[in-house]
Amino acid sequence: MFESFTAETLARFQFAFTVSFHIIFPAFSIGLASFLAVLNVLWVRSRNRVYLNLFDYWKKIFAVAFGMGVVSGIVMSYQFGTNWSVFSDRTGPILGPLMAYEVLSAFFLEAGFLGIMLFGREKVGEKLHLFATLMVAFGTLMSATWILSVNSWMQTPAGYSIAENGQFVPESWLAIVFNPSFPYRLVHMVLAAYLTTAFVVGGVGALHLLRKSADAEARKMFSMAMWMAVLVTPVQILAGDFHGLNTLEHQPQKVMAMEGHYHSYPEGAPLILFGIPNPEEKRVDYAIEVPQLSSLILKHEWGAPMDGLDTIPEDEEPPVAIVFWSFRVMVAIGFAMLAVGLWSLWARRRGRLYEDRALLRLMLPMAPSGFVAVLAGWITTEVGRQPYTVYGLLRTSDSLAPVDAPAVATSLLAFIVVYFFVFGAGTFYILRLMGKEVGESSAEIDDGPTRTAGITPANQLRPDAWAPGGAGK
Amino acid sequence: MFDLANIWAALIAFAVLTYVILDGFDLGIGILFPFARGEEDRDVMMNSVAPVWDGNETWLVLGGGGLFAVFPLAYAVVMPALYIPIIVMLLALVFRGVAFEYRWKTKRWKHVWSVCFSAGSYVATFTQGVALGALVQGIEVEGRAYGGGWYDWLTAFSLLTGVALVVGYALLGATWINMKTTGPLQEANRRAAKPLALVLLALIALVSVLTPFQDAVYFDRWFNFPASAWTVLVPAILLAVSYKLFAGLRNREDVSPFLMANALFVTCFIGIGISFYPHIVPPGLTIEEAAAPDSSLAFALVGAGILVPIILAYTAYAYWVFRGKIDASSGYH
Repeated sequence: MFESFTAETLARFQFAFTVSFHIIFPAFSIGLASFLAVLNVLWVRSRNRVYLNLFDYWKKIFAVAFGMGVVSGIVMSYQFGTNWSVFSDRTGPILGPLMAYEVLSAFFLEAGFLGIMLFGREKVGEKLHLFATLMVAFGTLMSATWILSVNSWMQTPAGYSIAENGQFVPESWLAIVFNPSFPYRLVHMVLAAYLTTAFVVGGVGALHLLRKSADAEARKMFSMAMWMAVLVTPVQILAGDFHGLNTLEHQPQKVMAMEGHYHSYPEGAPLILFGIPNPEEKRVDYAIEVPQLSSLILKHEWGAPMDGLDTIPEDEEPPVAIVFWSFRVMVAIGFAMLAVGLWSLWARRRGRLYEDRALLRLMLPMAPSGFVAVLAGWITTEVGRQPYTVYGLLRTSDSLAPVDAPAVATSLLAFIVVYFFVFGAGTFYILRLMGKEVGESSAEIDDGPTRTAGITPANQLRPDAWAPGGAGK
Repeated sequence: MFDLANIWAALIAFAVLTYVILDGFDLGIGILFPFARGEEDRDVMMNSVAPVWDGNETWLVLGGGGLFAVFPLAYAVVMPALYIPIIVMLLALVFRGVAFEYRWKTKRWKHVWSVCFSAGSYVATFTQGVALGALVQGIEVEGRAYGGGWYDWLTAFSLLTGVALVVGYALLGATWINMKTTGPLQEANRRAAKPLALVLLALIALVSVLTPFQDAVYFDRWFNFPASAWTVLVPAILLAVSYKLFAGLRNREDVSPFLMANALFVTCFIGIGISFYPHIVPPGLTIEEAAAPDSSLAFALVGAGILVPIILAYTAYAYWVFRGKIDASSGYH
């Protein structure tokens, strides 16, 4: 099935496939962990059961998503070696310790306190349980911090020297960790995770409001999500703009590809809203342009000259069409999120936030939009870095492991089959959990060992207890 | 001996051993799954590890990530050499891991996820054993890369170590269940532990006898002083530990059989360490050669020095919270 592909193409596709699947789960669990922490704090402080019910509801969904994130993440930690061994050997002295810090400061923290967060409220008491929830949320943020430092170093390497054996050797850890693109990428990604989660939570809230507009829990989660949309989306657009300026400074050809600037514009560059990149002719066909706007956005100056891909050697050009399109998808979703946020503000002012059925209906297709935006954004930045793994220093084609094409083709096929089956099932279970009302139990779902054992479920006697099957009700 | 590279080799060894001990019983439970009387017993078995399995598996990430961090050359050589077993192990761990959640999310498919949990545990364990065997028999290095073929790892010896690990994890699982449960489930696992231990001891003996013949270096290390002192000690320790294990099972003790089963693993692990040292990837790559520059080792060591004790503390706390016999009527899950 993959006979005509080289080992490199297959290994790249395998990495792209596994990392794309993987990023979906952290993008959700970073936001959801913080949301759960907020709900837990609000419950402990206000003793309003709505918060506790919401916590228990989203906790179940978090457990499934987190599990999928863990198993798809372990694959990533080994795939650097199995498929990109030259990259691993060369960059290990720099990237390895950063990843070791991620494992030590984040993965263990999440894993160690997850059990207590999920199953331990009544065993350890409210305070320690809250602490465990905060540790899980903190762990997800630590994880994001380290891995984005790693990725950013690959985009904008700093603080290194190159040894005789070809290895990158650390010279300044401060410069490595806080490399030029890291702060921008970190802020942009964490906000993206928060927005992704907010739109999922808002979509689920909208679904339940459409069914029953008096539902207190649905109102609460919808309202919280819409506040996030109003407040965070503008900040995210601003953060994205800063990130773009940083990219222009350090990785100009990525921006040229994003903009579709095949040639230079000495008198100021237009913003190409839409068009079809034509790699053969090196131009954008059917372009709809706003004159000078690209110069205004990127250089904050009318008529500022902008270099195009014609200034870049052919073999250092990233694939333009993919970057061009993925960037537009991300930006479009960002502005759609902003529109939803403003709409919700207007509806809220008129006191119709929970009754505005058009808004509620719109939130259903918008619910997964964050995932699409996150994927599109990562495709933009990762494809835009090509043809390098370490920007400007180590080519993707020189990073490969000595594994032959048929072996990679087989593993790739196995990943595709297994991931679609396993994560398809997981997504189905998550959607089914989301379809249930907060507090509702479903006949299809097992209530855990207690019910089947024929004993009165202890959980029914202790309303705070939780079982994934909904036995905690 | 106490330079950064050796300290890190000891730390990576510690992470791998911790993984084997902690995830060993988790995987062992999956291996014992088909022999449980029904889904009710499987519920209890799974619940006995549900709050801690994720933390246990993180030690495997530390093993891989740590190798990448401090011995990048070893990581870059071993992973392609063991491409097939590693990929298969990762996929098996996917099935095993998600089953912890999925099994409770459906009635119709509950059995399917039980099968996935068990099959994933078998395959992950077997491939880990195969990978160990392949490492012992040696990996061909060319320049700074793996120099052999795709199937070099596949030998009778590596298959044997694969089977041995399945039996070993099953023993860890059985003694864990014996410790954590009551009634017929505990009884069944206590009874299963004895034959498992006997078969495991036979396999350990077989692997030990074959190991010195995988590479002349091992032969020298095992039969020259000072390592030969250990050569004499290992069988003695194994016998003493086995005696305590069987005595614990006979006296229906809860905790001691589990500890003794782990002691078997620790003893074997030290033996492997003696075979390997000073190599990290036998026969050609030493700890010194594979090590990252000192600046990397030192930076990572600061973090490990601070964070590993904290990790051990809160891991111990999580085990403490979920200590004792699992109450079949309360199911954490």
